[in-house]
Amino acid sequence: MTPTRRRRLLLVLGILVGVSIAGGLALSAFRQNVTFYFIPSQVAAGKAPQGESFRLGGLVAKGSVHRTPGSMQVRFMVTDLKHEIPVEYTGVLPDLFRENAGVIVHGKLLPDGVFVADQVLAKHDQNYRPPGIHQAWGIRHGDPRDASLAVQAHGTPASVTAATEYAQ
Amino acid sequence: MAWTWFHRLASPPHLYRTARRLTPWFAWPAALLILGGLIGGLWLAPPDYQQGDAYRIMYVHAPSAWLSLMVYTIMAVAGGIGLIWRMKVAHAVAAAAAPIGASFTLATLVTGSLWGKPMWGTYWQWDPRLTSELLLFFLYLGYMGLRAAFEDLQRADRVSAVLAVVGVINVPIIHYSVVWWNSLHQGPSVMYLGKPTMPPSMLVPLLMMFLGFTLFFGAVLMVRLRGEVLNRERSARWVGEEIGA
Repeated sequence: MTPTRRRRLLLVLGILVGVSIAGGLALSAFRQNVTFYFIPSQVAAGKAPQGESFRLGGLVAKGSVHRTPGSMQVRFMVTDLKHEIPVEYTGVLPDLFRENAGVIVHGKLLPDGVFVADQVLAKHDQNYRPPGIHQAWGIRHGDPRDASLAVQAHGTPASVTAATEYAQ
Repeated sequence: MAWTWFHRLASPPHLYRTARRLTPWFAWPAALLILGGLIGGLWLAPPDYQQGDAYRIMYVHAPSAWLSLMVYTIMAVAGGIGLIWRMKVAHAVAAAAAPIGASFTLATLVTGSLWGKPMWGTYWQWDPRLTSELLLFFLYLGYMGLRAAFEDLQRADRVSAVLAVVGVINVPIIHYSVVWWNSLHQGPSVMYLGKPTMPPSMLVPLLMMFLGFTLFFGAVLMVRLRGEVLNRERSARWVGEEIGA
């Protein structure tokens, strides 16, 4: 390699290293400050913004979904299995909304501890399989912050429960 | 000795002819794999236990997303080679690849949005994965816009190559965005070594689509590269002979 080429190679590598370091620093800052959603434990620890809208993510607690008859209002608990936060929402729920499955709600936390949501999004995992098959597949959950927590608490992963419900 | 084939590719007429010779070798397997993958994915694969038939958009979405990242990486590597070795044909490869990568990125964003509405309940969220993929689309557009802004081809090559190299930092960010941050998007299903995330009846068509899309990119790149080389060498004698013949 000629000296000029070596110099250009070092220059390009230098740009790449510099950009990577800058990117890495920016990302580690993002990681602390920018979060797409907060989990109930973070909200309980007071890390979520007070009096402002934010997103809350977790599992819909089993047996917690209550609909008000004659209206679109629904109440449920969002849990990370350490803390639970009651959520109130009026509107259409996504198809994948179900108990023990991942959910992200956007709204405000009222002083009385109730989270009033204006949007409910359902989260699904990266596992795909035909209905009716439960244990045959090694189930791996990509998001330790919701799905795999359910395994510890209930002994069965959330999606297995969902599969059973679907099969019925 | 082993590198002679590489050095010979630096000669535009040789590259032009090689690209023409290779095109069918990419195009035919691509057509067969995509056809097989579509039949396998849209008809033969079972519905998903949770998402029903809606998950089938994955057979277009995931391979497009893979190519949106791979094409950018190729563009950055070609740009880097062009900068370091002053190899004109490397810049030609990067320039030819950019619109293809931009198209795959747009396809990823559109199919993802159409999948997001019925499953998540939204077309768009400013989520880390979605936002970084949109940034990739803008990087492609910026690269193409920057190239078009220069009259002088050599300047366009060098300046746009720097942008390609700098922008490549976004590629690992997109890939790991679902791991590093809380995200609405699920984790990777395929690029993961470990327990399978889907049965073979769903996975095999998906892998066929991945390979088919990659070969399709190869075929389109070969065609576009020929055009790019012809345009760059339009005053050279071999082009006149090639076109006249």
